[in-house]
Amino acid sequence: MENKKRKINLIPYLFILPHLIFFAIFVGYPFFNGLYISFFQYDYLRPEATTFVGLKNYIDLFTPGTVKFLEFWNSMKVTVTFVIWSVPFLVLIPLGLAVLLNLKIPGTNFFRATFFAPWVLSVAVISLIWWWIFQSEGGLLNYYLKMFGLPTPRWLSTMPYAMITIVVATVWWTMGYNMIIFLAALQDIPPELYEAAEIDGANSWQRFINVTLPMLQPVLVFIIIITIIASFNLLGQPMMMTRGGPAQPTGGGATEPVMLRIFTEGFVRPFQGSAAAMSVIVALIMVIFSYANFRIFRQRE
Amino acid sequence: MKNGTEKYSPLNRYRVKKFLNRTGLYILLCTITLLIIIPLVWMFSTSFKLKSQLFTKEIYWIPKVITLQNYTKILNNPSTPIGRWFLNSLIVASITTTLKLLIDSLAGYAYARMDFPGKKQIFGLLLATLFLPGVMFLVPNFVTVAKLNMLNKFSGVIIPSLASVFGVYFMRQFFMSIPKELEEAAQIDGANTVQIFIQIALPLAKPALATLAVIEFLGSWNDFLWSLLVLKDRAVQTLQPGLRTLQGAYTSEYGLMMAGAVIVAIPVLIIYVFMQRFIVQSVATTGIKG
Repeated sequence: MENKKRKINLIPYLFILPHLIFFAIFVGYPFFNGLYISFFQYDYLRPEATTFVGLKNYIDLFTPGTVKFLEFWNSMKVTVTFVIWSVPFLVLIPLGLAVLLNLKIPGTNFFRATFFAPWVLSVAVISLIWWWIFQSEGGLLNYYLKMFGLPTPRWLSTMPYAMITIVVATVWWTMGYNMIIFLAALQDIPPELYEAAEIDGANSWQRFINVTLPMLQPVLVFIIIITIIASFNLLGQPMMMTRGGPAQPTGGGATEPVMLRIFTEGFVRPFQGSAAAMSVIVALIMVIFSYANFRIFRQRE
Repeated sequence: MKNGTEKYSPLNRYRVKKFLNRTGLYILLCTITLLIIIPLVWMFSTSFKLKSQLFTKEIYWIPKVITLQNYTKILNNPSTPIGRWFLNSLIVASITTTLKLLIDSLAGYAYARMDFPGKKQIFGLLLATLFLPGVMFLVPNFVTVAKLNMLNKFSGVIIPSLASVFGVYFMRQFFMSIPKELEEAAQIDGANTVQIFIQIALPLAKPALATLAVIEFLGSWNDFLWSLLVLKDRAVQTLQPGLRTLQGAYTSEYGLMMAGAVIVAIPVLIIYVFMQRFIVQSVATTGIKG
């Protein structure tokens, strides 16, 4: 203990206080309140109907055969399917584009700006555009497919096409983001490494395999993780393009991801407790990925 | 080297190969450019078409008759008041951005430059929440907003967004990157902390504030899910949930919907054209953070 009682300077606290108040109400408190709500049958419109149900919301989600079980795990399956379908494209295409744009040819800035451009648009805008392109009546894609005598599926309402439309729209929308991060990482690779490889007689493919990829490995892992997390958050595209459909005989929609399920459960139907329980399970899965991300990020520092 | 193979000088062959490579590369890059641009051109093109021109046997990229009918129709239809939504989006995004710049630069400066008990712990806590997925806040924050009577009000969108840690982190990183000398000199001259912040640090932070303003404005303008949950009444809706309302209000009137999409996309595309470097740069540096 200090003898002289040090006067605490209040100014730093006044600086951080405005943010900290909002942080406490909308990040700190809901962190616990979300768990709390998940133990209730909760309807925000009818507080009098709210009752404590213990673990029931969770048990329902893990009891095979119930409607909640089927809907929830169908949506998890759809989400994982989307992750598997979209992540390879969202990693490999941006990587390829970044390598091309790193060749330092005239016009790089223009191409980089164009490839990134869709990312600044909102999910509602890009969903509407692709929804219109994929329409079987009057849609742009089927018009050209027909012209070349190719099959013209009902893209938005049959499987697997409905999933393909969502993957295409998502790749078009977000590939520029990963490309920019890859490009920044490529530019950080010391040119001496390439020069040394060239002196050793490595051709461009060998240089890519032996210099670029190993140097890029941490960023590659980082991108794969953030892309998995982002794909797990899929919501707007199926909401506006396929409405989660086509419906499945076993319950749930074939393109209804877990975020859309939570949206329906908690905000279309009056089951906030059940939606909160679903959120907790999904959040746990995502935290595991985020934690892996954090560890890799720390290694790089 | 053997005789007879010298006809083609290696140098020339190298040049020809390089030229071909480069041409191939440009063809590839231009093809991708087309794939990026075509959907956008199609959106613009459709928005100027009459309904009768949408389902024709042949597709016209440039409409036979260019009409503004789609725009006037959605602007004047009281069930899709897109002009009002535009104004709402502008108000929400502007207020959100202004408040965030203020709050986040204050907090960022304190975490970067001041010493106080608990600083490490509090900032560590803020950073830790960056790894928490947004989905876990959806239901409880909605309940909070409903209890605070902020449903169907702009405050229900603006106030929860002020809790975000990103801007604080962003400003802290910036303030830590500038040299301390100027602030120390001012301190010797007798300036107090608040004066130093306002007169020295903030003016230096203009480029960082500009970047943050662009990111936050775009983020707020493009916000879909939360606005959809909180702003339900048509009169208070913003553009993003508005587009969903538009989609539900008209059946196969794609011209109207594309006109709506154009109205939502145009401000963002204009900002992108002028602030492209800021935006791309911020992704390249903060993207690593996720």
